[in-house]
Amino acid sequence: MQARKKYVLLGLCACCWLVLFYWGGGVQLRLLRLLTRQRGEVVRPWPNWTDRAFLPRYAHLDELQTDPGTAESPRQRRQAWSAIYKDSRCRMETCFDFSRCRRRGREGFRVYIYPSEKNDHVSESYRKILTSIAESRYYTSDPREACLFVLGIDTLDRDQLSGQFVPNVDERIRGYPLWNDGRNHLIFNLYSGTWPNYTEDLGFNIGQAILAKASLNTEHFRPGFDVSIPLFSKDHPQKGGERGWLVRNTIPPRRKYLLMFKGKRYLTGIGSDTRNALHHIHNGKDIVSLTTCRHGKDWEKHKDARCDHDNLEYERFDYQELLHNSTFCLVPRGRRLGSFRFLESLQAACIPVLLSNGWELPFSDVIQWNQAVIEGDERLLLQVPSTVRAVGNERVLALRQRTQMLWEAYFSSVDKIVLTTLEIIKDRVFSHISRNKYMWNSLPGGLLVLPEYSTHLAHFPFYYLGLGISPGQEFTAVIHAVSPLVSQSQPIMKLLQVVSKSKYCSQIIILWNSEKPPPNRSKWPPMPVPLTVTDGRRKVRAKNRSRQMLSLFVNFAFLVWRSFPERIVGYPPRSHFWDPLKRAWGYTSKWTNDYSIILTGAAFYHRYYHYLFSHYLPQSLRTLVDRTSNCEDILMNFLVSAVTHLPPIKVAQRKQYKELPSPQGTKSVPWANPEHFNQRQECVNTFANWFGYMPLVHSQFRLDPVLFKDQVSVLRKKYKDLERA
Amino acid sequence: MYPSGKYSSRGPALIPRMKTKHRIYYITLFSVVLLGLIATGMFQFWPHSIESTADWTLDKRSVHDAPLVRLPVSSPIPERGDLSCRMHTCFDVYRCGYNPKNRIKVYIYPLQRFVDDLGVPISSTGLSREYNDLLSAISDSDFYTDDVTRACLFIPSIDVLNQNSLRIRETAQALAMLPRWDKGMNHLLFNMLPGGPPDYNTALDVPRDRALLAGGGFSTWTYRQGYDVSIPVYSPLSADVELPERQPGPRRYFILSSQTAIHREYRAELERLKEENGEALLLLDKCSNLSQGAASARKRCYKGQVYDYPQILQESSFCVVLRGARLGQAALSDVLQAGCVPVILADSYILPFSEVLDWKRASVVIPEEKLSEMYTILKSIPHRQVEEMQRQARWFWEAYFSSMKAIGLTTLQIINDRIYPYAARTYEQWNNPPVVKWSSVNSPLFLPLIPPRAPGFTAVVLTYDRVESLFRVITEISKVPSLAKLLVVWNNQNKSPPEGEKKFKCPECTAIDGLSLDQTHMVERSECINKFASVFGTMPLKVVEHRADPVLYKDDFPEKLKSFPNIGSL
Repeated sequence: MQARKKYVLLGLCACCWLVLFYWGGGVQLRLLRLLTRQRGEVVRPWPNWTDRAFLPRYAHLDELQTDPGTAESPRQRRQAWSAIYKDSRCRMETCFDFSRCRRRGREGFRVYIYPSEKNDHVSESYRKILTSIAESRYYTSDPREACLFVLGIDTLDRDQLSGQFVPNVDERIRGYPLWNDGRNHLIFNLYSGTWPNYTEDLGFNIGQAILAKASLNTEHFRPGFDVSIPLFSKDHPQKGGERGWLVRNTIPPRRKYLLMFKGKRYLTGIGSDTRNALHHIHNGKDIVSLTTCRHGKDWEKHKDARCDHDNLEYERFDYQELLHNSTFCLVPRGRRLGSFRFLESLQAACIPVLLSNGWELPFSDVIQWNQAVIEGDERLLLQVPSTVRAVGNERVLALRQRTQMLWEAYFSSVDKIVLTTLEIIKDRVFSHISRNKYMWNSLPGGLLVLPEYSTHLAHFPFYYLGLGISPGQEFTAVIHAVSPLVSQSQPIMKLLQVVSKSKYCSQIIILWNSEKPPPNRSKWPPMPVPLTVTDGRRKVRAKNRSRQMLSLFVNFAFLVWRSFPERIVGYPPRSHFWDPLKRAWGYTSKWTNDYSIILTGAAFYHRYYHYLFSHYLPQSLRTLVDRTSNCEDILMNFLVSAVTHLPPIKVAQRKQYKELPSPQGTKSVPWANPEHFNQRQECVNTFANWFGYMPLVHSQFRLDPVLFKDQVSVLRKKYKDLERA
Repeated sequence: MYPSGKYSSRGPALIPRMKTKHRIYYITLFSVVLLGLIATGMFQFWPHSIESTADWTLDKRSVHDAPLVRLPVSSPIPERGDLSCRMHTCFDVYRCGYNPKNRIKVYIYPLQRFVDDLGVPISSTGLSREYNDLLSAISDSDFYTDDVTRACLFIPSIDVLNQNSLRIRETAQALAMLPRWDKGMNHLLFNMLPGGPPDYNTALDVPRDRALLAGGGFSTWTYRQGYDVSIPVYSPLSADVELPERQPGPRRYFILSSQTAIHREYRAELERLKEENGEALLLLDKCSNLSQGAASARKRCYKGQVYDYPQILQESSFCVVLRGARLGQAALSDVLQAGCVPVILADSYILPFSEVLDWKRASVVIPEEKLSEMYTILKSIPHRQVEEMQRQARWFWEAYFSSMKAIGLTTLQIINDRIYPYAARTYEQWNNPPVVKWSSVNSPLFLPLIPPRAPGFTAVVLTYDRVESLFRVITEISKVPSLAKLLVVWNNQNKSPPEGEKKFKCPECTAIDGLSLDQTHMVERSECINKFASVFGTMPLKVVEHRADPVLYKDDFPEKLKSFPNIGSL
């Protein structure tokens, strides 16, 4: 009984406590809110109107769907536009004659260069630009088939005080019969305007011409029409170009200095606002910002109190050393918006911190600059140190990598700068067969991605990882037959048997490359997959549209290739080396500890490389290959390594490959000939010359099946045949 | 019965009968509880009375309770928008300042009802449902601040989404009257239907000084790149109609045109295409027998046959979005929602959010002049790519078009990315659907670098319980020429690391060396793998059948000439 009372009371107490707790909690919350409110933190949001459900729609469905329409005919409108939107308001729709580029793709996009007159002085840089165009695959010498025209007159330096200034440009271009008020013309310029204002004025009327100009101002930039190019020096290499300076990733990615600048301080004139303030952020420890007054003829006239001290400090540091050892590099505007510093720091993998308000960044149409540089604001100079300090390590790493990617894809040579300009314009002209932003901003860069091949990312060998997809499950075998078919026991027949048995093989193409005609259909053995025989003596470029090539060893090599779809995976290795005596590249088939070439006779590679081979490489190289019937495999290796910056991959042991001995020992097999070998030496040098550098990369490993030659039962090995040699 | 009777009879005497000890105990307990209750009650009423009144009025207010503001006729009018405005010339960046979160602060003006001198409102609709949704979404987001002094961006509560319902001059005056207007600096206006008859300007006609404009239907001549934001024209249908996502793939029709007010020249062109290609095209128009209104907006007709709109959009691979008097079309939103690839024919149109979205992966843009070639152009696109575009189109709608909230927050994020470019979202973040985000690799370490051998590598050796093999590993590794540093991590929790050279021999260790032979160990590890795979939601590990060997491994070749002669002996 006592117990019962106790329970009743206890229950009552518990209830009270619960109630207290519940309200008490409310009290705590309220108290908290009261406290925070006093600090002005409580957010008073947009009210929840009682009648919000009755608010009217911003527009009736009818109004949205039934467009009011205009009486004006669209055709008339388009014509009227080209009368209104011209000169400074030019757009491709209104100032460009698309009909000149009618024919599709590459064939339709032809560039003509006006011949320059004898007494014309053409600067080093402009000569390089013209050479780049003339050697590009878009060049035409016939103005009638041209889609784009480039002037022979040097328009790079339009500073009237400059020695390179060409007078009377206006009169001369008006004299050109094809000028047509500048329509379809492309004008290159690096320097415009002059002291003291450095305006965007070129000193002649460009009319409806497209401007490819450095230091472009966003206000004067005609979006989708002009192209902003980087400022480059006259020593910028014609082709190839230096590699970026980043050779390895250091983690953590910080370098000795956080931020650096070394350059002129302007005491007066345009651009001096920023340049005159840069010394404020110098702390002598991790931020080094050095300015000198010593430039120009009469610097001492404008000299101020800081000058002497600054000049001394300036001499203490070496610019190159700072470039190498700094995480961020300031790229402030000079007199003009762009500066050499931009490309220098890009190459040095020193993340550029831009202080150049209103600068339309180079190739801004296609490049996502916020993933490679820090876009600062001149007005916020003093915030720059804290900003760059706050950039996380992961982002530093990503930014730095992107600087290198962009440098090598678009900026390292005049060729690349000019070609990028042309490709951007071409993408606008053929807008539905153009590259998307992903292609422009990921490896290997837009120049190596030909949209005529496909505009679908999954059709290229290098995007699989970034898109989270994997290459196809099937391959096409291409077999190059050189000897006539005599018996069923010939190597080619064996090869056919092996290849066709692979579960990954979808079709076989035989390139018949013998003097005798290919045998009758019935002579070929029955195949589980479609078999095509074509005449292989046609040009290499007509070769095939297949996914990958192969000759031997099928499943294992194919599976390896699927892990490395962007590389050549195959079998007989070769190597290149630098011969210091001959001062030339050498080619060797000796057994060495490394290799840089995989002969394509027995190799897998993505079919896109076939397309690149036929459409990206210049006619001259392909003619060389066709004429000598040699070297196409070396050229393919050059091409693939230039795209990937990586070596090919050798699979399985060397002795697996027997270079098919000539069947009767009579007909000479090309590679038995020493002349053949010499030719290959020459090829390596010719190719390296065209690329402007040696793209081949050495590798020291080969890939074997996991249990290859291990001390385990043969029955457990999937590829036991590979061990039999 | 007896016990209960006994109990009740004793009831009243309950307390006196208790032991004094207990009594005291209960009384104290009761008083404590009582005191607590009183205190709580006090607390409840005292602060509540101050704060909740504000809450109440905020929560229970009608739009019509907003204060009325009368605009004098002579009240100043802002200047027309300056076409040369850019962030560095017309935007006061000092207001945003350095901010560790890299996030702009946005202030929303309280709602006011503006009327002119005669008491006529400046807008025929006042606050619209869409603009209210937009503002609520912003105020719920972490961009929002109610502190006007700390704000970086100001959003007026004057609804200018549809220019048709506005009185231009009075709206401009109302804007200029805003307390922080200051030449429109850092103010953001949202507009979806700009221009009016007859020539339909492509940007809002309301003079607005330097204010930023988030506009639907910009043309390349009115859009101030890097300053304005191009936004979609919101389609209210997307809130009313639910279209489940369809698997990408071929559809019943190849091209579908569903807009009702297409210029007759273009309609003639489409008819011609239809004649040439037959069933692959479906050209829909308004239903003539239906009266105007909501019902007609949901129906489309072709030769007397009635189709449901927007459901019919799901039946086609490509859907035409032609410009009308305005460049921005609400149809684009419907088309994307249906997962149909938009074919956009609107010369000079700045596509919505084109600053960050890669439209080439989700749409086909064809110059109006090439309308007649549309079929050939679309036919040349590979099937796989069409599927990819369908997926991408739907994802764009879901992420950036589906609600006013999505549109508003995307706009703010774009402006935020401009002000803090070093914290901007990447291309992948904007454009990759969540599926791709999980399956792809976008590490910052993506360059194919071949590091030089000079600096060498650091070897990190975990010990576990394998002291014997540890010594062997250490001695072997230390012979490697490119070794720069050797780091031994003692991760054996049961023993402390041996000290000094002598103690390095550990006899009892050998017995349990070789954990991998232990069966339970293997079972544990299998469990680990299953656990990890379930956490990842997928099995990220990939199987390969190859391993790397030196080029001349096991080749019939003089061992002394090999770079790595004894590699097989380990």
